[in-house]
Formats: sequence, C-alpha cells, structure tokens
Amino acid sequence: MSELAVDLTHGDAHHDDHADHGPQGWLKYLWSTDHKVIAMQYMFTGMFMALIGGFMAYVFRMQLAFPGIEVPGYFGSVSPGEYNALVTNHGTIMIFWVAMPVLLAAFGNYLIPLMVGADDMVFPKINRLSFQVFFVSTIVILASLVVEGGGFAGAWTAYPPLSADSTYNLTPLGSTLWLIGVGLEFVAFLLGGINFITTLMNSRAPGMRAFDVPIVVWMIVVASILFMLSVGPLLAGAIMLLFDQTLGTGFFNPATGGDPILWQHLFWFFGHPEVYVVLLPAMGVVIEIITTFARKKLFAYRTVIFTIVATGVLSFFVWAHHQFVAGIDPRMANIFTVTTLLISVPIAELCFIYIATLYRGSITLSTPMLWGLAFVAEFLIGGVTGIFLGAAGADIYFHDTYFVLAHFHYTFFPIAIIGTFAAFTYWFPKMFGKMMSERLGKWHFWFTIIPFNVIFIPLFVLGMGGQHRRIYNYQHFPELAGDGFQSMRIIATVALLVMLAAQFIFFYNCFRSWRAGAKASKNPWKANSLEWTTESPPPHGNWRPDRMPVVYRGPYEYSVPGREKDYWPQNEPK
Amino acid sequence: MNGFFELFHSEWFAPLIEVGSSYAAEIDGLIALVLVVVGFWFLAAQYMFFRFILKYRARPGRRADYISGKEKHLKRWITIPHLCVLAFDVLIVVVSFRVWIDIKMTLPENPDGVIRVIGQQWAWTFQHPGDDGELDTLDDIFTVDELHVQNDQLYHFILESTDVLHSFSVPVWRIKQDAIPGRSITGWFRPTKTGEFDVQCAEICGFGHGVMAARVWVEDADAHASWIAANTPLAAAPSSSPAPGVQ
Amino acid sequence: MRPIATTRAATGTATGKLAVWWVLASEVVIFGGLLASYVMFRLGHPEWADAAAVTNTYIGAFNTWVLLTSSLTAVLAHQAAERGDGKRAARWLYCTILGAATFIGVKTYEWWYEISHGYTITSNGFWAFYYSAAGLHAFHVIAGAVIMAFVARDAARGRELHRVELIGIYWHFVDIVWIFLFPLLYIAK
Ligand code: HEA
Ligand code: HEA
Ligand code: CUA
Ligand SMILES: [Cu+2]
Repeated sequence: MSELAVDLTHGDAHHDDHADHGPQGWLKYLWSTDHKVIAMQYMFTGMFMALIGGFMAYVFRMQLAFPGIEVPGYFGSVSPGEYNALVTNHGTIMIFWVAMPVLLAAFGNYLIPLMVGADDMVFPKINRLSFQVFFVSTIVILASLVVEGGGFAGAWTAYPPLSADSTYNLTPLGSTLWLIGVGLEFVAFLLGGINFITTLMNSRAPGMRAFDVPIVVWMIVVASILFMLSVGPLLAGAIMLLFDQTLGTGFFNPATGGDPILWQHLFWFFGHPEVYVVLLPAMGVVIEIITTFARKKLFAYRTVIFTIVATGVLSFFVWAHHQFVAGIDPRMANIFTVTTLLISVPIAELCFIYIATLYRGSITLSTPMLWGLAFVAEFLIGGVTGIFLGAAGADIYFHDTYFVLAHFHYTFFPIAIIGTFAAFTYWFPKMFGKMMSERLGKWHFWFTIIPFNVIFIPLFVLGMGGQHRRIYNYQHFPELAGDGFQSMRIIATVALLVMLAAQFIFFYNCFRSWRAGAKASKNPWKANSLEWTTESPPPHGNWRPDRMPVVYRGPYEYSVPGREKDYWPQNEPK
Repeated sequence: MNGFFELFHSEWFAPLIEVGSSYAAEIDGLIALVLVVVGFWFLAAQYMFFRFILKYRARPGRRADYISGKEKHLKRWITIPHLCVLAFDVLIVVVSFRVWIDIKMTLPENPDGVIRVIGQQWAWTFQHPGDDGELDTLDDIFTVDELHVQNDQLYHFILESTDVLHSFSVPVWRIKQDAIPGRSITGWFRPTKTGEFDVQCAEICGFGHGVMAARVWVEDADAHASWIAANTPLAAAPSSSPAPGVQ
Repeated sequence: MRPIATTRAATGTATGKLAVWWVLASEVVIFGGLLASYVMFRLGHPEWADAAAVTNTYIGAFNTWVLLTSSLTAVLAHQAAERGDGKRAARWLYCTILGAATFIGVKTYEWWYEISHGYTITSNGFWAFYYSAAGLHAFHVIAGAVIMAFVARDAARGRELHRVELIGIYWHFVDIVWIFLFPLLYIAK
C-alpha cells in the first residue's frame, strides 16, 4: 500500500499537460492527494449521508404524524427505542457527516487552494489521511446503526449517565461505536483544519495580502480554528466517556462518584462554537454569491472580518445557555444570558452587511443567487429565535421544546442544505465543467424552500404549545394529543415528503447537466476570484506551474467606475 | 421600578397553553417582550432586504454603484442599527434577569407544602406530605405518575433521580428543572388554576422517555383535603381517628 | 515533488513549523480539558488525596528527569541539524528515543506494580484520572518516539533536516505536559 502511495506522489508531480498520470481508475481516485479529488470525496460522502439523514427524518416524522403506522420503506413501525436512535443519529449525521464534510471539508478543500492561487494544499498527504480517517468514521457510524441492540439512542448530546451505562441505554455496542465514530470524525477534521489554516497563512499567491483573500476562505479558516480550539476538551471527554462505557470508570456516572454535568460543560464548550463552525462557511459562500450576482463590492470588507473574529471569540463564552435548567449554579445563567445576547451584535452586523451589499446593486436572480438570498432570509428567523432562548427566564419554558428544535433547524437547514445548494450550484460549472439547467434549478429551489417553511413553522407553534423533543408519540399527553396539534404534525410531515421528492429534480439536474449540459467557460459568472481564471474543471495543479496567478487587488472589485467591464479579476494587472 | 416590570406580565400565548402558575405570566411577558423587540428588527431587516432585491434588479444600461462601505454617510446605516441592537439586548437582559432571579434564584419561605419528585426510568414518583404537611413521615402519600396539589398554595419541590437525567416539566406552570442522580434540587411553584395538566419528562432518559408522562391535579382546598384523606396510608392513620372527611 | 504551495512562506515562517504549532494548539486544549476536569474534581473530592498518597513520587521524579534530559538531547539534535550535520542529529535523536523508551519502561513497571496492588482504573476517580491522563501522555510519548525514528533515519542520510527541529518542538510539548501532570498526580497529596 505504502509503495503505491509513494508512487502516486511521484505521479502527482506537476504536469505540463493535463493528462492524468499514475494509477488509473478507482485506485487513482482512492489514493489521490489532489485537493479537488479529496473535495469530491468529501462532498459525495456528505451527499450520501444527507440522504441517510433525510431518510431518518422521513421515518420519524411519519411516526409522529401517523403514530404506529408501518412506515413505507422502513422495516415496519417505529418502536420507542428505534425512534430515539433515529433522532439521535439524524442529528449526529446531519451535523458531523453532512454540514461539516460538505461545507467545511469539501468546499474548504476545493476552494482554498484555488482561491489563494496555490496548486494544492500544503500537506497533500495529510489531506488524504484526513479523508481516509473520515471515511473510516463514516463506516463506524453506519455500522453502529445495525449492530446488536440497535444504534445509540441517547440524543446527539449523549448526556451521561444514560450514555455511559448500557444498563440504562440498552445499546452497549451502538453507543460505543457511535462515540468512536464521532471521535474519529473529530480527528479527521483536526487533520484537515491544519491544512486549511497553514495553506491560507503561507501559500497565498504573490501579491495577495490578508485583506485580498475572499471572505469564504477567511470564514472556513476561522471556522477551522474555532473547531480546533473547542474540540479538544470534548475529545478528552470522549475518552473519559469511552472508559466509562467500556471499563466502568466513574467519570460521569454519579453511581460511581462521577459528575454528569461535567460532560455537559465539555460537550457545549465545543457544541456552541461548533454551530458557528458550520455557520461561518455558509455565510462566506453567500457573500461570494451575493457580490457576484449583485455586481457589487462587498460592503465593509474589514468589518466583516472583525465581526467573524468577534463572533469566534464570544462563541467560547456562551456554552452554558444550553444548560440553564440543567442544575448548574443559577447565578451562572445570568452571566451566560449576557454573553449570549451579546453575540447577537456581531451576527446582526453581519446580516446588515449582506443587506447593505445589495443596496444599489444590479441583481440577477440566478439559481445560486436565489439560494444565497434564501439563506439570509431564513437564517434571520433562526437567529432571532435564538434570542428567545438566550434569555434565561424564557428558556425555562422553551428549553427542550420544539421551539428550540425549530430554532436550530432554521439555522442548520439554511446552513447545511440551502448554503450547500448555493455553493454547489455556484461552483458546479467550475467543478464539473458544465452549466446546470436554470429552469430545473429554480423548480428545485421553490420546491425545497416552500416545504421547508411549511415543515418548521408549525413546529414553532407546537413548541410554544409545550411539546417536548424526542418523544415518539404524543398521544400519551392529553394536552398535546388534540386534533389541532396533530394536524400541524401531519402538515409538517407532508411538507417533508414534498421536499424529499423535490430532491429528485436536483439529482436529475446534476446528472443531466453533467452528461449533456452546456460546456462551462472559465468564468461563466464573470466573477473576480482566482478560481475563475483557470480551466473548468481545473487541471491537476490548478494552473500551469509557470503561470501561477499573481494578485493585484481584492476579490470584490465589481462595477468599478471608469472601467469598461463591470468586474476586475484579481489577477489582471490593469 | 416594580411598575416597570409589571409591563412585562402577559398572557399572550394563552390560546396555545394555559397560564397555570403564579410566574407563568412573568415568563410569557418576557417572551412577549422579546417577540416585540426582536420582531421589530426582524421585520425591518426583511423589509430592507426584499426592498433592495426588488428595487435593484439588473436592468440593461444601469450599472451597480461602487460602494466600499467606508463612506461615512453609508456606514452609518450599519453602525446605528448595530448600536440599537446592543441597547435592546440590554433591555432583554434586564427583564430576563428579573424573571430568572424570581423563579430560580429565590426560594420563597414558609411553603404551604413540600413535595418530593423522583424521576426514574420511566416513571415519576411523587411523595406528598399527607395530612401533617411534613415530608418523610408515616402519612406520606406516594403516587406514581400522579401529582396532587392544592390551588393557590406555595409549594417547594425536591427533585431527585434514581438513575439517569430526567427533567420535570409542567408546561402550564412554565416550570422545568432537570433531575440529577445523586443530588436533590429544590424549587418552587404556586399553581393558580385548578384542573388536570400534563407533566412531561423533558430530558431524554432512554427507551421509555416518550411514555414518561404524568398528570397533575390542581384541586381546590376541599377536593385536595378529601384526596389526602382518601389516600393516606392505613399504617399512618391513627387508629382512633374517625373516617376520612369527618374529623 | 512537492506542490508549489508547500514551498511558499507568505508569513515568513516555514509551513512545517506553523503546522506543528497548530497541532500543539489543538493538543493543548485536549490536555487542558482533561486536566481542568481533573482539577475541578480534585477540589470537590478532598478524599482523593488518600489515593494520591499511594503514587510513588520518586519514580515520578525520576521520569521527569528522564524526560527533561531527553528534551536536552532533542535540542542538541536540532543544533546539529542547523549545522547540517545529519549524522550527529540522528544520533542525538536516537538518544532522545532512548529517553522515551526509559520513560515508558519505568511507567510500565510503575503501573504493573500499582495494578497488581489493586489500584486499577476503576478503583476510584483519582485512579481513573491517573491512568487516563498519564496514559494519554504516554501515548504521545510513544507516537513521538516513532515519528522521531523516521525523522532520524532521514536525517542520518542528510534528508529533511528541517524536520529535526519540528519533532523537537513536539517533544518539548510532550515534556511540558508531563511537567503539569507530575505535580498534579504525584506531588499533590
Ligand atoms: C448553526 C446553528 C446555530 C446557530 C447559528 C445558532 C445561533 C444562536 N443560538 Fe442556537 N442552537 C443550535 C444551533 C444554532 N444556534 C442548536 C443545534 C441548538 C440545540 C442543541 C440541542 O439541544 O440539541 C441550539 C440551542 C440554542 C439554545 C439553547 C436552547 C435550549 O436548549 O434551551 C440557545 C439559548 O440561548 C440558543 C441561542 C442562540 C443564539 C442567541 C444564537 C445567535 O447566534 C443568533 C444571532 C443572530 C441573530 C440575533 C439574528 C440577526 C440579528 C438581527 C436581525 C437583529 C435583531 C436582534 C436583536 C435585537 C437581538 N440556541
Ligand atoms: C444540519 C443539521 C440538520 C438538518 C439539515 C436537519 C434536517 C431535518 N430535520 Fe433535524 N435535527 C438535527 C439537525 C438537522 N436536521 C439535530 C441536531 C436534531 C436533534 C437530535 C437530537 O435530539 O438528538 C434534529 C432533530 C430533528 C427532529 C426532532 C425529533 C425529536 O426530537 O423527536 C425533527 C422532527 O421533525 C427533525 C426534522 C428534520 C427534517 C424534517 C429535516 C429535513 O430538512 C431533512 C430534509 C433533508 C434533505 C432534503 C436532504 C437534502 C440534501 C441533499 C439531497 C444533499 C445535497 C448535497 C450536496 C449538494 C452535497 N430533526
Ligand atoms: Cu425521563 Cu425522559
Ligand atoms: Cu448554543
């Protein structure tokens, strides 16, 4: 194996032509160190996992709408234990195997070298190792679903003692594999993050100063740093939890002298920064798209950088807002209310900047732009509902209700699904060399966005009505069993079915464009950043070694007065 | 000062869920305040957003303006709202503090009753003080998934768990507190509405989390007294005392 | 062939060095989380001192000395590499590996002794932390030594001499972690 790897790195030497060297076929694919190939590997794994996570949502939403039915496509009806396992793994997969690999790893890998004008990541082999570890973690998490006893069912937050002791959770193997899978995934992203950070720091094209870097690269790199600095304690915690599970130590289990709240601190110290880890890349993607399709310079570039740094720093001081009623010292809740509300300030500023960027623009509503704009409109709902939860007094009521659930789906869905589609449709021509169908793209857009709102608006109402999370059948609760509430559940589920069906449009569009789409030029959107100055798709090495780009200005010089063209690529001297 | 906070007592979402305790309206008021403040900014942002999208659509012959965001008269449009958001945050924080301190940081003294709530996989055990009003005496009434309290009385509850985390949640009272094995956590409530209400377990606790449902009966004085009388364990009833209710 | 990306240094610091520092940053928070948890527990459980009294401070001190010495040899290796003397650098690296081996050997004896006297990882909270924290550290020692062997092999042939410094930085980190572990696990009784 290592023989092969060594061979390949030689094969990876810079080409003068665009032909592929080295092993052919799937072997080449598996062992490639090219950042673009690795990006695709992450992306397709993420896409596959999105379908699994979406399927799980389908199964448990069917159970909620029509309790007890045999869910078509699932093995019979959903037992309470299966319900919990489905919810747990839906959350885990959507965050760690969809949002992270697609937004951070796939687009990070694809875009960073191209956008900073480098031919690859600085450590291609570590990059490949990162994907391989990730791939193993994917297999582990999938295996955890089918082992004896079933998948882990203690929620994605894995609070002990439930998660620590199999006499409580009844899934001895499932919970251990789940934990190992998540741990491996973290390691994969640590390896990837080192590449992202150092590539941006050191491998920028000649002439590219810090403030000439496209925002999306900044965002991905800041997100990687946030991840790196927050995940450590949880990794340590995961080791402790693993020992609790397998050896019977007593770190978190009060029965043996441990402290279950400690895990919650470790988890949320990571968990909250984590939500910004996935938020920032999506925010960055949207900036690239909005500036391109509004033909506008980004409003206040430097302020954007300051807001993300402020968000990053603040995000380390808000974690206990998930634990207001968890039995922590009540005085702490007040402190964390302050920090939580404070974090609304930089994020609000960022949202205002998006709006300001549209001001006096020249806006084209292409498919990527629709996704990008939808991100802003929908994320605002998710953001402002966070304020209800951040006020500790109100969170006494809202904690662990569907209001929280709707809050975070209004943040996560825009990020992981809308943001991903935005990025995917925007860079599709670059990645695959073909244009996508605008008509199909718009159908897909509307049939995803409208159902999305129809799913989750009712869930806000249910949450305000006192419906708690992770309950497989509300018929046990007279206050929640009424027809009014049940019909809202049914509406949400039906909307989900529509949305899932709409994804076929997307896959059909991808497939058709890939096979028969119009050929994409180098720069179909007339954008400025460096990835648009090379072929579509870019050859190995991205540019010819003797023609590596040199940078003269920032990436948002659109509609500069006095110039004939309304864009000004970063690498054009004049 | 108190008058100021009275502003934030409301029952605005009573149509969805009843207001059943002394502090429920306080919480609802805070939620209403956040709704108004955040709602205003939300609508303002969405309004500007969609206005710009509609107004500045690409038209032949018109170019976008070149605006860097450094122009003072334009930057204002970001900075001022940004400071306003900060100011409104302070308002929310102040009211939230008030609510939080009332409910979670103060324990009103001299309760009319103390009950113990014990979570375990997957049922709630309630320990009522019985006729003598004291916990841990012979006449305590233990029930499973069934809590009985008297309306308009101040109660303390002692929350415990025997195995994993659970969370004691009575939506109509707007009460929620996690139960932690190995600890007992004390809180309070004062029901203000008679009737029969749901108790949910709000923290995932394993296979049966979804069926960890209990009911609370809030009764007026007479009904509550007769419930106590009817359920006092025989062992505790003094042999000389007459039949329940006669006294 | 390395990608052009690897040969650039926009910050003026070599990429490898930057990367090592970021690796350390992520490691610092891992150990930081573990040790912070331990300290919180320790403050809440004064009775753990009884368990801590069992640990052998002399053995711990000896191992501290071993690690400090091995850090010194790592520095000497770096100096040799700076002068371009790969052979010598490799020799000092082998000395460092010897230090690592000694450390692990002593540790094995120590654990064997403790375990055979009934102090296992499940005995109580102190022992759980003792074995986990020291175990995680030992894992780093072993991993560092293995990587060092590869670096030394290359260095002996005069290749990749800059890596001698990188592994040295990592080694100092492993050393510093121990400097925190030693007082927390052995001295605080
Ligand atoms: C990427 C995902 C993401 C993002 C971006 C956010 C963003 C925020 N979240 Fe959310 N949150 C989650 C994902 C996310 N969250 C998840 C997954 C959970 C639940 C986990 C679980 O329990 O399973 C959760 C839970 C959660 C809780 C705990 C609820 C509970 O369990 O009881 C809280 C409490 O404070 C909270 C607050 C916030 C706040 C204040 C923000 C802020 O960052 C939002 C800031 C943005 C804005 C405010 C909008 C823009 C501003 C304006 C338009 C100006 C007007 C505003 C004001 C006047 C204030 N979130
Ligand atoms: C990124 C995060 C994310 C995403 C996207 C989603 C998406 C969805 N979620 Fe989920 N959810 C969580 C994160 C997420 N969720 C978390 C963290 C929890 C909490 C778990 C817990 O309690 O422990 C949760 C819990 C949760 C519950 C609560 C269950 C309960 O508590 O009882 C419900 C209930 O309705 C729900 C519904 C849905 C639905 C209907 C969708 C739908 O939007 C899904 C639709 C999916 C698709 C339409 C897939 C489309 C994507 C593609 C086709 C791929 C494209 C890819 C590329 C282009 C690369 N989710
Ligand atoms: Cu008990 Cu959930
Ligand atoms: Cu949070």
